[in-house]
Amino acid sequence: MLRYSIKRFIGAWPTLLILMTLAFFMMRAAPGGPFDAEKTLPPEIQANLDKKYHLDEPLIQQYGRYLLDLAQGDFGPSFQYKDYSVNELIATGFPVSLRLGGTAILLAFLIGTTLGTIAALKQNTRTDYTVMATAMTGISIPNFVMAPLLILLFGVYLKWLPAGGWNGGAFVNTILPIIALTLPYIAYISRLMRGSMIEVLRSNPIRTARAKGLPERTVIMRHAMKPALLPVISFLGPAAAGIITGSVVIEQIFGIPGLGRYFVQGALNRDYTLVMGVVVFYGILIIVFNLIVDLVYALLDPKIRY
Amino acid sequence: MLTKLFNTILFTAVLTTPYAFAKPDNLAPDQTFHRGNGTEVQTLDPHKAEGVPASNILRDLYEGLTIEAPNGDVIPGAADSWEISADGKLYTFHIREGARWSNGDSVTAHDFVFGLRRSADPATASKYSQILSPIENAEAIVAGKMQPELMGVKAIDNQTLEIRLKAPTPYFLGLLNHSTTYPVHASSVKTHGGQFSRPGKLVGNGAYVLKEWVIQSHIKLERNPQYWDDANTTINTIYYYPIEDQSTELKRYRADELDYTNEIPSNQFKWIKKNLPEELHVGPYLGTYYYGFNLTKPPFKDNLKLREALSMAIDRNIITEKITGIGEVPSYSWVPTGITNYTSQKLDYADLTQKERISRAKGLYKEAGYSKGNPLKVEIRYNTSENHKKLAIAIAAMWKMNLGVQTRLVNEEWKVFLENRKQKQVTQVFRAGWIGDYNDPYTFSELMHSTHGINDSAYSNPEYDKLLAEASLEADLDKRREILQQLERILLHDHPIIPIYSYVTKHMIKPWVSGYVPNILDHTYSKDLWIVEH
Repeated sequence: MLRYSIKRFIGAWPTLLILMTLAFFMMRAAPGGPFDAEKTLPPEIQANLDKKYHLDEPLIQQYGRYLLDLAQGDFGPSFQYKDYSVNELIATGFPVSLRLGGTAILLAFLIGTTLGTIAALKQNTRTDYTVMATAMTGISIPNFVMAPLLILLFGVYLKWLPAGGWNGGAFVNTILPIIALTLPYIAYISRLMRGSMIEVLRSNPIRTARAKGLPERTVIMRHAMKPALLPVISFLGPAAAGIITGSVVIEQIFGIPGLGRYFVQGALNRDYTLVMGVVVFYGILIIVFNLIVDLVYALLDPKIRY
Repeated sequence: MLTKLFNTILFTAVLTTPYAFAKPDNLAPDQTFHRGNGTEVQTLDPHKAEGVPASNILRDLYEGLTIEAPNGDVIPGAADSWEISADGKLYTFHIREGARWSNGDSVTAHDFVFGLRRSADPATASKYSQILSPIENAEAIVAGKMQPELMGVKAIDNQTLEIRLKAPTPYFLGLLNHSTTYPVHASSVKTHGGQFSRPGKLVGNGAYVLKEWVIQSHIKLERNPQYWDDANTTINTIYYYPIEDQSTELKRYRADELDYTNEIPSNQFKWIKKNLPEELHVGPYLGTYYYGFNLTKPPFKDNLKLREALSMAIDRNIITEKITGIGEVPSYSWVPTGITNYTSQKLDYADLTQKERISRAKGLYKEAGYSKGNPLKVEIRYNTSENHKKLAIAIAAMWKMNLGVQTRLVNEEWKVFLENRKQKQVTQVFRAGWIGDYNDPYTFSELMHSTHGINDSAYSNPEYDKLLAEASLEADLDKRREILQQLERILLHDHPIIPIYSYVTKHMIKPWVSGYVPNILDHTYSKDLWIVEH
């Protein structure tokens, strides 16, 4: 398994390089630059800015410079947040997104798999239909509708919870955003879990287990759970990477200082370095999570060995 | 008249007191002010900062030679008095004796010299250094053709600062509360370099000091006990929250998490007017929302009649009543009303009824060579936004109904839109808006110079350029006003743009916040506010 991990680790570099190169040149190809504003800058001032940020150099030289800096772990200065470097922005934004996203994905996993299992066991009963109908609603109500509704109800009318803000990460400030983040994932995971559990329950090994007279509880927990989790795990890998790097919508609506907002604002403002930083960071996370998923697969599925 | 007006004008510090409100006895024990502030600020370095959100905070952290009273009048700030020479080109400022930096150091004339030179220095790469251009040699310094030491600023002694201008600039005192002209604390800039504007490092001379800056969460300021007028300051702590989404901001306001909103979502304006009318504050704002024509290409190149017809066929009352709806004023001028010593000029058809305008527009449209059988096909281009879209739809409908014009709407992401506007290749009619930088008509007049960076119509009238140059050199205030008004008339007659409405300032303010006065630049200093018991 260690050898496999090392192989994957080496194989990840070309992927990252391609991702970085694409992002770098696509970003530069977008019309407009970081310092464009309604009022065109006098050429002298534009020249001063370009010089300061090396935008006056040929593109390929800028690319080389970027790679060199990156090799030393330096994402460069942010064009937009002039007092901060991209490293600092990621270092402050990521823990926030990680905390919200991590809690949300954990909750979604626990609740989603439980609900899915219950629905599968009670297939085609009222319980099943209720769980699945709720899940369907959860999937189809988008975040940007759910979040403001939660705020209106709990923040504005009932005044039980803050309507927004981060407040240094106080627990009460995290409740609503976590709920809003978790709901669609619960819905998605419970549907996935129900489907795969039903399939597993009909499989030969389970039939054998039941024929041997094992108690239902043992059949489900010991024998059915592991294979039924496989599709959920493959969904969780990229989903986790996505959610812990921050949800733009949730962060915007609740005013949370996470990583997700940087990405969109960075792109809109043509903050080249910030966008590149987040892309590379996100790319690394995706690669790592996919590796974890594959390793977990090996643990769950005896047919897979590395 | 000339000599009379410019004859050594002397201001004294007495001016500050009459503006201060009588503060009541029922002050709240907790003087904390929570303020919504739009987008996150990019930097708190006063010489690199740009945009309204950063200026709001910098006004609390720093103090220029002048500041503004709550109603927007220019009053003494770090300088308690000044003299202006007879030719209007030499300003001598007397720095306030008790003025101190937040670390206790005295604020001296040398700090201003250091600040102004740094601001113009190309190495600082300031985007706003154009503001300094009235100062002698500033333009050459910004362009890298001269050393910053040669700028027309000189410290005679610790308390006396001389600024030499290249031409009399009647609005110069008003520029001195712009962050580009703020002093900075030399030794902390030298020690911390690019990071001097961070919490714990920033040394300011304003009423507040920077305590915390959590990007995308909040900026916290606390009262500066070293500030010369600290005795008259009431609010102790200020939180500035970056909230771009206006609905989110309103919800947090309603949940009592904010005392002051930066904006108001126009789609909820009716609800606010009905339910929270006393907390709604709307006032005139120094800005014009307009449409520009691309004059470099057909159909608008050399087609004055067509431009005039399209301008006339827009019913601005419908737009301000039904679409923007917050009290915006229909505009027939380029320079918004409300500027000191200036009367905004109007389009010549402004006094006609809408019906008369339409019938005249029809005639002009025909004379321009268009008809029902041969309608004008045109594109309106705007940056993606719900409000711009609604307005464009309405205008397209008015053009269609009144003239038979076939309009296509094109929306683009902001930077793409700007790029297209500047290249003038694909634009025909484009949306634009401008908020003045200072309280003087010149902040609008200069934009239509043939070489100006925002003249995306490519309007070019040699007479306009010539008169504009004259206005910038004219020392007699009456004559200058005459020239500027004439400029506006020329511009309106040529129809390179269609003024649509004048902007308004709009905020929700909790009833317990006192001292707020709307002003046309929308500048509010937190030191002028206080919280009453609630």
